[in-house]
Amino acid sequence: MEFVDINGRQVEIHIAGNGPPLVFLHGEDFFAQNAPFLDLLAKSFRIYAPRHPGFGQTPLPDGFRTVSDLGYHTLDLLERLDLSGVTLLGSAMGGWIALDLCAKSSQRVSRLALLGSCGVKFGGREDRDFADIWALPVQEVLSRTFFNPDKALPDYTALTDEQALEIARDRQSAGLFLWKPYMHDPALRKWLARIRIPSLVLWGENDGIATPDYARNLAAALPDATLRLLPNAGHYPQIEQPGMAADAITQFARA
Amino acid sequence: MKVWHFSEVAYHPAWEELGPSLRNVVPSRVMDPKLAADLYHRYLDEWALCDELGLNIMMNEHHTTATCINSTISLPMAIMARETKKARLLALGMPLANRQDAVRMAEEYSMIDVISRGRLEMGFVKGAPFEVYPANSNPADLMDRFWEAHDLIIKAMTTHDGPFNFEGKYYQYRQVNVWPRPYQDPHPPVWITVSSPESCATVAEKGYVVATLNTGFTRTRGLYDAYRNRAAALGREAPNDRFAYLALIGVGDTKEEGYRRAHQIGDYSRTTPRTARQFWNPPGYNPLAVAAQGVKAGPNASLGSIFTILGRNGRRIDAMTATVDDFIDAGLMFAGTPDMVFDQIKDFYDTVGGFGHLLMMGQGGHISHEDTVANLKLFSKEVLPRVAELA
Repeated sequence: MEFVDINGRQVEIHIAGNGPPLVFLHGEDFFAQNAPFLDLLAKSFRIYAPRHPGFGQTPLPDGFRTVSDLGYHTLDLLERLDLSGVTLLGSAMGGWIALDLCAKSSQRVSRLALLGSCGVKFGGREDRDFADIWALPVQEVLSRTFFNPDKALPDYTALTDEQALEIARDRQSAGLFLWKPYMHDPALRKWLARIRIPSLVLWGENDGIATPDYARNLAAALPDATLRLLPNAGHYPQIEQPGMAADAITQFARA
Repeated sequence: MKVWHFSEVAYHPAWEELGPSLRNVVPSRVMDPKLAADLYHRYLDEWALCDELGLNIMMNEHHTTATCINSTISLPMAIMARETKKARLLALGMPLANRQDAVRMAEEYSMIDVISRGRLEMGFVKGAPFEVYPANSNPADLMDRFWEAHDLIIKAMTTHDGPFNFEGKYYQYRQVNVWPRPYQDPHPPVWITVSSPESCATVAEKGYVVATLNTGFTRTRGLYDAYRNRAAALGREAPNDRFAYLALIGVGDTKEEGYRRAHQIGDYSRTTPRTARQFWNPPGYNPLAVAAQGVKAGPNASLGSIFTILGRNGRRIDAMTATVDDFIDAGLMFAGTPDMVFDQIKDFYDTVGGFGHLLMMGQGGHISHEDTVANLKLFSKEVLPRVAELA
């Protein structure tokens, strides 16, 4: 991991591989578990995986309070790194950032892939589009998040203190950005019409946080989207099925 | 020393049925409104006694739980403001960061203060971790929001020359102009509950009363000294009336009777583990280092340490099976005959370097109304005169 200066803000970022640019916007937890997926993508792309403000070693600047801030910040990052023709991936909360960014400006983005993303709500006021990850029993949250939690989760007891602290910080920042309105921006849904670039909604069949029905709603709401479901995968399909997910992305980018 | 009678206003008839989870997700169908009405009136009757017993009144607030049906502290406080004439009224407290409307809190506290003719002590509390759920209050910036609400409330209660603007990070108002103005000048005394030395130091900077709840022999001295040290560094006094301590108290004509009452009140302590695990650590509520420990423990870890109490010499005791003697050893209960109770209070007082407010949980759990009244009357008659003389 290295650091890049984005308008005076230090951003931790993982850069690897060769090929057309791909930017991966991570989700609210399990960052380290994306490594096999990113390693596969690095064979076909030059991948950029920044840590959002408040996550990993990236500080949270004063005044950063909403995902819209993260959307602007990530636009700054694309400008600073002078990336264009980007294949933009967003996982979970990272998908919300990606939607926000593309609605603001998709000038530097040629394709968008959303993996278990949140950010937009389709249901009514008494419906839950997203399972409440902080109010449900811990074991239920894990079995909704992963098709096979025992396989996907790290051995937490073997973590170093630094690693545990980093995960704790990720979860704290997730709370800050996701708590209310829960996992979405009510204003964003009407601006999806601005995202006219080809989009892939890539979802785990077993996603119990945002179900495949949600994915269908999202694909229908985007101007140019296709839906692909991956079997034996939950809310982070790229963590549980890195090979299938990487293939799907690579095909999508070449289409 | 002042003594304040406290009850959590529990709906204990539902406890057996609800099993391991008493909070947040418990359906209200288990609550019989007729029984609840009886209980509210019973607890209010017990508080009303305080006027004639030389005791003061303390209340708190919790939400969506069978452990406490005071879901808004303002209402019973207002009732007591009207029903009592002498007792001071401690609201400990409004959970500042869990309310959407800070001006409303200033209005409610001001009204209680005026109706009671200046007997309100206003508590500003962070609130327990499980309380952010009913309020849907973001735990990750909770304390930031708390202090902005604090600043707005104090300014609203002390500004008397017309509307002011307040466009903060969390609260936006353009015409803040609270009526009534409070009875006490400049405003009712402020109390803040703490559990860390850092927060004690902050309360010392403000000169507010610091209250610790059930922190026992092992933790209370450190907390009070953090306050004293900070006050000294600022060149200020820290008299005993800045320090409050809450314990469960059961007095009887015999040791057995006092112990029995204390044990029954201790039902309150034994409900602590009966909160589902996920509600103890909402994101950002606990300091990062504490949250990191939770990460390392993994998703299957138990919350055991929350449910142990520490004896005077650090002995770890399971709170669920602790005896009254264990609770006394920990400094969490004072129980027995009046002499025994006074001696235990004095011992604790000496150990922590003195304190001026004894928050007496005189009712809790399954203790009957008759026993509660007897508990309060006996305390008032035999213990209070001696305790009142502690500086």
